[in-house]
Amino acid sequence: MRAISIIYRRELGAYLRSPLGWVVAAALLLVDGILFQSQAMAGELLSAEVLEKYFWSTSGVTMFMAVVLSGRLISEDRQNHSMILLNTSPVRDSEIVVGKFLSALTFLAIMLLLSVYMPLLIKVNGKVTGSQIFVGYLGLFLLGGAVIAIGVFASSLTKHQLVAYVIAAAITTSLLLLFQLSTRLDEPLRSGFSQLDLWWIHFQNGFMRGVVNVRDVVYYLAVTYVFLLLAVKTLEAKRWQ
Amino acid sequence: MIRATNLSKYYGGKRALGPVSFEIGDGETVGFLGLNGAGKTTALRILACDLRPSSGSIEVGGVDAVADPHEVRKRIGFLPENPPLYVDMTVADYLRFAAELRGMSKAEITKRLPDVLDVTDLTDVASEVIGTLSHGFRQRVGVGQAIVHNPKFLILDEPTRGLDPVQIVEMRTLIHDLKQHHTVLISSHILTEISQTCDRLLVLGKGQLLGSGSEADLVGKESDIREVSVTLRLPKDGDHAAATSVLKAVEGVSAVAAPFEQGGGMTFTLSTSRDCRAEVSRAVVTAKLDLLKLDYARSELENTFIRLVGGTDASN
Repeated sequence: MRAISIIYRRELGAYLRSPLGWVVAAALLLVDGILFQSQAMAGELLSAEVLEKYFWSTSGVTMFMAVVLSGRLISEDRQNHSMILLNTSPVRDSEIVVGKFLSALTFLAIMLLLSVYMPLLIKVNGKVTGSQIFVGYLGLFLLGGAVIAIGVFASSLTKHQLVAYVIAAAITTSLLLLFQLSTRLDEPLRSGFSQLDLWWIHFQNGFMRGVVNVRDVVYYLAVTYVFLLLAVKTLEAKRWQ
Repeated sequence: MIRATNLSKYYGGKRALGPVSFEIGDGETVGFLGLNGAGKTTALRILACDLRPSSGSIEVGGVDAVADPHEVRKRIGFLPENPPLYVDMTVADYLRFAAELRGMSKAEITKRLPDVLDVTDLTDVASEVIGTLSHGFRQRVGVGQAIVHNPKFLILDEPTRGLDPVQIVEMRTLIHDLKQHHTVLISSHILTEISQTCDRLLVLGKGQLLGSGSEADLVGKESDIREVSVTLRLPKDGDHAAATSVLKAVEGVSAVAAPFEQGGGMTFTLSTSRDCRAEVSRAVVTAKLDLLKLDYARSELENTFIRLVGGTDASN
């Protein structure tokens, strides 16, 4: 735990020190605000529908930002040769991966918190509850965490940040298309593929509408765990290569 | 003590190292000498537990580095070829971070940090961001992270790479200071650096251990083969062939290479089977030629190194 905390503090500090963190935060808030104005506030809608539309657009922005935040985490260390410091210190590969993952997740959570004023405006002027907003944000947090884990895995595969971003985006997009793919399949593949989908089943039908399903929470935690595990195994394998 | 037994490393199907076996005693300063691609960096990265060997075993201070790399990493400080720096951090924050990673407590770090900054001469730039520092200072920060936890074994991979002459002298002085407190392993392909710094040399070539011992040991083993260079001032219409014949006739000279202009005269390189500089000088004077310079073509260690790693490849 101590090593996780040391790596976590360094990486979080790196986000706060570098322009990347602030650019990503500003971009998220700007795009969120524009989408909120143009999508959610367009036309006469019930406040619950406005909130759904807000979470619909913010979930896309969150996934994009999660890829941007996480793609650099390990590849940058490899490119700058700083990975050797971690590799030759008494630190486990799992501690490196978890420390870096938590730093990106924390920064994403801060960015999400900064956007809370938009749903709060809906609450002030409409009839949505605080728990609807909380559930939506819980979904964004879990979705963001899963995509960050994908990014950490992609980042562990290569020392080129750009390649890591492309791999992370490709995996995320593939998981987003599973629901569309499942509509063209027969059972049991149909339900199997649809349940593996990253967004339609687990976010749109649940968190976005203010509903917490245990299976959705478990799904996002499982995706996060699997990709973090893959990242750890990749780091271990690279020592043997 | 470090003991490597039948150590080898393959990258894919390509062998980068071994099998090699060697021992390094406590308090020794040992140089890994070899051309680029000889396997020096691979050997050092394995010893630093950055890479795992494909086969063989390593013991560091009685601990098996393959079975328990965690424990070994606590005892080793490693400066790789490119210092592992976080350029967005200040020097002091970075060294503190490196110390924390090695398991030091806050109190220990507070006590140790001024010493490290002092030894590496970084006190004046402790609050500077690493990204703004020159290459020489960055290399010092790299040494700082390697010694911050006061490891028993210090591994320095090409520590003077990319430094200017003044910085090289400073780094050499720093290594001499470090020798007092650590067992030091240094890799380099620069002979003078290694010969001035190390007690013992391990010569690597194409992944194999070609020779081992002190400079005197290695030179002694290879002392029957030497090259001597002679610079002569020849008359304006002087005949190279006549001078070459004089030199060839000297006892112990087996061959004379084509001469070239150097230092206001013509330089001849002689292949000899022993030290025959005295005979050469006498022959030159007897033939009434002006002798400007007479010396080994290369230092004895250079000759030995070139013989060990395969002759012409090395001289290129």
